[in-house]
Amino acid sequence: MSLTKQHELHARRKGRNTGLALVLVAFVAIIMGLTVVKVKSPGFQVPNVEGTNGN
Amino acid sequence: MSDASFESKPIENEAQFGDFFALLKPRVMTLVVFTAFVGLLAAPTAVHPFVGFCAILFIALGGGASGALNMWYDADIDAVMKRTAKRPIPAGKVTREEAFAFGLTLSVFACVFLGLATNWLAGGLLAFTIFFYVVIYTMWLKRSTPQNIVIGGAAGAFPPMIGWAAATGEISTASVLMFCLTFMWTPPHFWALALFMRSDYDDAGVPMLTVTHGRPSTRRHILGYTVLLAALAIALGFTQVGGWVYLSVAIVLNALFLKGAFDIYRRDEDMSEADNFAVERKFFKLSLLYLFAHFGAILIEAGLDKFGVAL
Repeated sequence: MSLTKQHELHARRKGRNTGLALVLVAFVAIIMGLTVVKVKSPGFQVPNVEGTNGN
Repeated sequence: MSDASFESKPIENEAQFGDFFALLKPRVMTLVVFTAFVGLLAAPTAVHPFVGFCAILFIALGGGASGALNMWYDADIDAVMKRTAKRPIPAGKVTREEAFAFGLTLSVFACVFLGLATNWLAGGLLAFTIFFYVVIYTMWLKRSTPQNIVIGGAAGAFPPMIGWAAATGEISTASVLMFCLTFMWTPPHFWALALFMRSDYDDAGVPMLTVTHGRPSTRRHILGYTVLLAALAIALGFTQVGGWVYLSVAIVLNALFLKGAFDIYRRDEDMSEADNFAVERKFFKLSLLYLFAHFGAILIEAGLDKFGVAL
C-alpha cells in the first residue's frame, strides 16, 4: 500500500482528528497566554535557583 | 502488528468528536459556567480577565469530566431510560472504558490546571466536587436513597464557591451562601418536575421520593425546602455580594416561590390531574427564573460595585 494514499480510516475519522487538533491548538494558546499573564503580573519573581548566579 | 482494532466497531456507529463532547453534559455545563462566573466576578479580589477565563474554562471542564464519569458508571441505567438511551455509551458510540479514561484524564487535567492558573484551594474544591458527584452521589447514594436529588444538588452547587475561591483563595460566608442557594433550590425544582413528569427512574431501579414516600410527602418536602431556601436567599442579600438590587429581586421571587410551594402543598392528585398539573408546571418554570435571576442580581451588584455605583 502506498504511503501517500489516505487510509479509509483517516477519512472516516477526519472530523474527530480535526476536533482534537483544534483542542490541542487551544490548549497551547491557553498555556502560552497564562504564562505571559503570570510573568507580567506585579507579584511575579524569578525563582532563585542555586548555581545560576555564577558563584 | 495487527490493526484489527480499527475495524472493531461498525463504521456508522463510530464515535465522532461531538460524541465525546456529549459525554461532558453540555446543558449542565451552562449552569456551571454561569454560576462559577458569578462567583468569580462577585468576589472582592480582581482577577486578570485571561486568568478568569481560564478559571471558568477549567471549572467547566471539571464539571464536564464528572458528567463523563457519571455516564461511565450509570451506563446500565441510561440504557433503560428513554431520556438517556441516546447518550453516547448506550447508543454504542463510546465504550465505557473510553468514557472512564476520558473523564478521569479530564478531571485530573482540570483540577491541576485550575490550581496552577489560580490557587490550590480552587483546584482542591473542584477535585472534591468531582469526587462528591462521582463517588458519593453516582456510585453510592443515587441508587440507595430517595434523598438522591438533595445530595446530587450539592455537587451542582459548588461552582460559585470555586469561582469565588479562584479569585480570593478563600471560602467566605457569601460563597457558602451562594452554594446553599443552588443546593436548597435543587430539590424543589426537581421534585416539582417529578410531580408532573412520569419518570422512568422506576424502570431503572433508582429510588425517587415521589415513589418511595408518595406524592403527598413530596409536596410537603417541596414546601419545607422552599421555606429554608427563602431564608438562605434573603440572608445572602446581607453579605458582601448583596445590595438593594439583589434584595429586591430576592424578596419578590421568594414571595412568589413560597406561594407556589404552598399552593402545591395544598393540592391533591385529583386537583392536579384536573388542570393537568398547571400549578406544578408553573412552579417549575418559576424555579428556572428563580435561580437565574438571583445569580443575575448578584452579577449586577458586582457590576455596580466595580463601577462605583452605590444604591
